[in-house]
Amino acid sequence: MMARKDKTAARSAILGRISQSIASMPGHEDRTRARQEALERLAQKERGIVPRRAQVGRYEQVAMFMDYAERAASSTERVSSYDAVPGAIAAYLRGRNLPQKIRMGSDARLAAIRWDQEPQLDYTVGASDGSDPVGVSHAFGAVAETGTAIFTSGTDNPTTLNFLPETQIIIVNADDIAGDYESVQDNLRDFNGRAVMPRAVNFITGPSRSGDIEQTLLLGAHGPRDVHVIVVG
Amino acid sequence: MKVTSPTFPENARKALRDETLQRALKNVEIGFIGKRQAAADALPEFEALRDLGRDIKTHTLGRLDVYLEEYEKQVTATGGHVHWAETGEDACELVREICRSVGARTLTKGKSMISEEMQLNAFLEKDGLEVTETDLGEYIVQLRGEHPSHIIAPAVHVTKEQVEADFRSKHKGLDPLRNLDAPESLLGEARQILREKYFAADVGITGANFLVAETGSSVIVTNEGNGDLTQTLARVHIVLASIEKVIPTLNDLDVFLRLLARSATGQEQSVYTTLSTGPRRDEDPDGPEQYHVILLDNGRSKMLGTEFEDMLRCIRCGACINHCPVYHAVGGHAYGWVYPGPMGSVLTPSLVGIDKTGHLPNASTLCGRCESVCPMRIPLPKMLRHWRERDFARHLPTNPQRLGLKGWAFLASRPKLYHSVMRPGMKLMKYLAPMTGLMKRLPAASGWTRHREFPAPEGETFQQLWAKAQDKGGKQQGKAR
Repeated sequence: MMARKDKTAARSAILGRISQSIASMPGHEDRTRARQEALERLAQKERGIVPRRAQVGRYEQVAMFMDYAERAASSTERVSSYDAVPGAIAAYLRGRNLPQKIRMGSDARLAAIRWDQEPQLDYTVGASDGSDPVGVSHAFGAVAETGTAIFTSGTDNPTTLNFLPETQIIIVNADDIAGDYESVQDNLRDFNGRAVMPRAVNFITGPSRSGDIEQTLLLGAHGPRDVHVIVVG
Repeated sequence: MKVTSPTFPENARKALRDETLQRALKNVEIGFIGKRQAAADALPEFEALRDLGRDIKTHTLGRLDVYLEEYEKQVTATGGHVHWAETGEDACELVREICRSVGARTLTKGKSMISEEMQLNAFLEKDGLEVTETDLGEYIVQLRGEHPSHIIAPAVHVTKEQVEADFRSKHKGLDPLRNLDAPESLLGEARQILREKYFAADVGITGANFLVAETGSSVIVTNEGNGDLTQTLARVHIVLASIEKVIPTLNDLDVFLRLLARSATGQEQSVYTTLSTGPRRDEDPDGPEQYHVILLDNGRSKMLGTEFEDMLRCIRCGACINHCPVYHAVGGHAYGWVYPGPMGSVLTPSLVGIDKTGHLPNASTLCGRCESVCPMRIPLPKMLRHWRERDFARHLPTNPQRLGLKGWAFLASRPKLYHSVMRPGMKLMKYLAPMTGLMKRLPAASGWTRHREFPAPEGETFQQLWAKAQDKGGKQQGKAR
């Protein structure tokens, strides 16, 4: 097919031009070595500069995570165990005059919670179609450095729950809070150090916002207007 | 996009006289500079991260073909498709082909500057497709039939009152008496209208801040969440990325994530950073069924190995634009193409040719603020000078400027002749200046003297004054006679 051929042609033309241009750069004549160096970097996955401020003890990391999350306009609280989560959510929703109605994924840690402690709290399981006022997601990990929670897509915590509801409640296990992004990303790697990527990884730091009208910061652009973070443990 | 850079002087004059624009542009200085400084100061490692970011980009550009091939391998392994486009038009064709293959009618689009390079919206609309910009600023600009005037704040040239007027005229079927005084109500209205668009869209298009070779992931960094809704709710996700966006590993990505938001908006981190890898998996309850990446060259591969190669390190944070006194004065549209400010004045001539854009490298005071804030330490003033040299060389045969400079060079390279002309010249000027008002209208520099007076010479040349000062101090005499 003609179109097919054109596409291959564009690929080789672009790569050929790049290779030629690079070879003309002083010190880059040896293209075999360049290839090896690139493959080495990909294999070694060296860490860059990790800010010292988050290289502290676990207790301080949890406090720092909550502090930076609040600076990014999230609200936060810490509870001692998963069984305290329904009460915390119900109280938060009451305080905001929101309906006692949440939607969440099938994450085992959420499924194991005794939700019937809060009989008024109505919960359903599955992805969001945009009609849910409140979404609850369990974070894959979190980063003290900037108060960022990290989510992976899938049935456990569907991506749509992170973006469609007006209110997002984030559950973070205190043990999953690390100092830096690199440490959380390492948990995506298998025994060979290969990163096993879900379809989407979302780093979330606060509620959605826009400064596009006269550079005035407004919360609740397209995603959640409010983000409440509950740290467990 | 039609290049109007050849009329930069007129564009700039028009912008300077536009009071609404001038009011809107004040928000650039207020909104960005202090916040960036505070964020940089709050991170002791910031300067070291800039060095490292520069080094990673330089390493990658020197092996760009290898990293692109590795990236492509990973995308394919995770079920995605990579397409290569030499020009903007080729890339448009590829988008259209994908749209046709899935019978698409409506598209949503997150922010992508290279889609502006490609003139993608116009191309698709000609084909009967409906494209909706979902970034609030881009949406406002689209409603107005304009182009972005800033790479991270597309509607920075628009005032709140203008947005209100646009919404009232374009959002038909809403209560005409509704109150839109508060910016929150404008945001709320856009949110409501765009919500429907996300769900209706067959294809969602986003740009990419980075492509990770290690994992085959595309990365978008946003504050609104529109890019995520665009790519999650459509059946097909198309990523538009230029070839220099590829970086080696996830750990390298973290280096750039620590620099990007701080340099751009002064945030510790943007609200949403999303790594997308391939289409929806079998067990996934949401996400697109197809995942395509279009890699666009459009002149970039030719910049490698030239004095403009450093420009390919740019991560599009907009810091150079936010700190540019010329941008503050004239705004983004005056530059006449997709990329404004210092980064645009270097990149635009590379991508569309210096013949049309000779004014851009001259639209700079070379004050150096851009380079001092660039997270990738791109030597923007140096490259602007390179372009000036090239532009000058192009005009060699006819330009009267060149004759003047030639005369000056003749004089300046002959010290005896120079001093014998300058000394009586300065004396003469001292007496003539106050009488004739000559300094108010210098013949060859009217652009300068229109706004200020040239100080009248004191009657002696610098070299004479220097020699005197040396004598007075009892030090060794200077060589000037």
